[in-house]
Amino acid sequence: MKLTGAQILMEVLKEEGVDSIFGFPGGATIDIHDNVVKTDMHHYLVRHEQAAVHAADGYARVSGKVGVCIVTSGPGATNAVTGIATAYMDSIPLVIICGQVPTHLIGNDAFQEVDIVGITRPCTKHNYLVPSVEDLPRILKEAFHIARSGRPGPVLVDIPKNVQQGVTNYKPNQKVRLKSYNPTYKPNAKQLQKVVDLIKSSKRPLIFAGGGVLLSKGADELTRLARSTEIPVTMSLMGLGAFPGTDPLSLGMIGMHGTYRANMSSGECDLLIGIGVRFDDRVTGKTDCFASQAKIVHIDIDPTSIRKNVPVSVPVVGDCKSCLEILNTLLEDEDLEAMKARRRPWMEKVETWKQQYKLAYAQEDEIKPQFVVEKLYELTHGEAIITTEVGQNQMWTAQYYHFDRPRQFVTSGGLGTMGFGLPAAIGAQVAFPDALVVDVAGDGSIQMNIQEMATAMQYKLPVKVVILNNCYLGMVRQWQELFYDKRYACTGLEHAPDFVKLAEAYGAVGFKATRPDEVEAVLRQGLETPGPVIMDFRVSREECVYPMVPAGAPITEMLLV
Amino acid sequence: MTEEKHILTMLVDNEPGVLSRIVGLFSGRGFNIESLCVAETIDPKVSRITIVTKANEPLVEQIEKQLRKLINVIKLRDLTGSGSVQREMALICVRAKPENRDEILRIVDIFRCKVVDVGVEYYIIEATGSVEKMKALVNLLKPMGIKKIARTGTIALFREPH
Repeated sequence: MKLTGAQILMEVLKEEGVDSIFGFPGGATIDIHDNVVKTDMHHYLVRHEQAAVHAADGYARVSGKVGVCIVTSGPGATNAVTGIATAYMDSIPLVIICGQVPTHLIGNDAFQEVDIVGITRPCTKHNYLVPSVEDLPRILKEAFHIARSGRPGPVLVDIPKNVQQGVTNYKPNQKVRLKSYNPTYKPNAKQLQKVVDLIKSSKRPLIFAGGGVLLSKGADELTRLARSTEIPVTMSLMGLGAFPGTDPLSLGMIGMHGTYRANMSSGECDLLIGIGVRFDDRVTGKTDCFASQAKIVHIDIDPTSIRKNVPVSVPVVGDCKSCLEILNTLLEDEDLEAMKARRRPWMEKVETWKQQYKLAYAQEDEIKPQFVVEKLYELTHGEAIITTEVGQNQMWTAQYYHFDRPRQFVTSGGLGTMGFGLPAAIGAQVAFPDALVVDVAGDGSIQMNIQEMATAMQYKLPVKVVILNNCYLGMVRQWQELFYDKRYACTGLEHAPDFVKLAEAYGAVGFKATRPDEVEAVLRQGLETPGPVIMDFRVSREECVYPMVPAGAPITEMLLV
Repeated sequence: MTEEKHILTMLVDNEPGVLSRIVGLFSGRGFNIESLCVAETIDPKVSRITIVTKANEPLVEQIEKQLRKLINVIKLRDLTGSGSVQREMALICVRAKPENRDEILRIVDIFRCKVVDVGVEYYIIEATGSVEKMKALVNLLKPMGIKKIARTGTIALFREPH
């Protein structure tokens, strides 16, 4: 059938099962948007292109589907770059459709022209400038295939206006053929046998799970492995939810703000099984000292991640879920009880660490931010989908909200993008309209994309925003306090808006708490009020996130309070 | 860890932007490129790129993995240490004073080069060979006065079994 480029785009989106799109129109996407509204797809008009990408990203993280957004050329496309880089760092499958000036104007400095393919080359898994309408169906199918397969990631497709308007014959459901792209899903059986042998012989094993477990949908297999072998599990920030946070074997998060038990365990284990992690510097601290007594097993679908940051004894390239399934099968033949008995002293030691330094804070006259997160956990029964902004709010959420299931915690781990949480919450709410979605924010971060309250209002997306308001860029202030003689250079945010009135200005509801005894009531009211809500908690100004490992130090050398 | 020279040869899609992707990967990750050659192969849809880089073992492993990860890289091979044929080509514009001309022609003969252009005061010499041969040739011609030089950098092919 003969279709225009814009119509072909709609056909492919339907074939790929896309039902929700986040976008912002412009001159270069008029044809596309004109066709979007002719379909039964839902288009969410955001207020800033960065938010369109974060919303698609939040949607993808909670649903496991490919997120889709549409932005116009030039400034629309460049505004999207932060969102694209965020998704790239966290391996989130996205397809970003950009409008572009007509092909005959490309390279002429035309109005709203920018080389977005060049700009996003280092922060996309792959990207395309579509040269002609004939190439469009193939490129779009490839884009979805690349975005969701292997190690997922964002793929950008830049479509010139004349390609959107051009007409060609369209054949539905074309097969993707990419001779150079064949991700390794199936692991090498011999390598996995080596892992089993190491598990058998180790006396102090530790599992370190990351976002790759969630992306491969391997959380159940991980839980089975840990429980059957009784190996304690620590998680990276991106891995929270890959193993139930309330399970006795869970050691919580590892790294710069990881728990005492997790960091100490990594220092003393003799086997560390890293699954779907990339040994980020925020996790390892000083790499020479990281897991220095351990043989390291690294399971990852992306060979470039293996041996990038730490030496690895047994590399396994493959899909995390498949690897875990095979490991579980191989372990069925082993004497698990004898293994567990041998490791009793290790488990006792881990338990001692667990009891020795628990995450704690002292509740005083002022509201402690940790208290707000703890109460939020209690009142939502740990069931809410939680997004965060970036900074102290993010770390307190990771520490005090215990995530029991996959895709429940949505945060910008790799890039650390302030302004991520609210649009990501909007995307998550679109994916699960009936879920309770809460964005835990700082007063600094929330001001980076607060305009998205209007999007939440327009589409009746009842996201709740919890602001831990300390009138500071808190994490930087914390570093200044600890390592820069308390010179709080440029981190004071004294002139903040009245967030209650700001909520009201958007037509939403706002609440404020200034005393500890108001916290529970405000949270209850906020969570029970229909529609979008902002809750402003005026917390203790100089509270720090502990434990903390100074950047570049071994992760077993923690500042505990 | 000691740095060694590595010759990476790869087949890539012959499309706009592919070279930029590869070069961007090197610059974005702080890898160094010593020389780079690229041209179409017998299949017009495929180009061959040859890159010479200096890196230690873990770094070159990372470079190779990152290159293989690119969607447009079809095949990659590290020719270092394997049986391969390596050549470089150079065009050298050298000052040819009357008293030097015989000497230059002798050198051209010994190095099996060719004089491809003769001007009033200059010869342009075409030379092919190993990097070492090029170095030796340049060293001998330098005292005569090299005005300009254009070198391709190394191209290499894996030697098929005899």
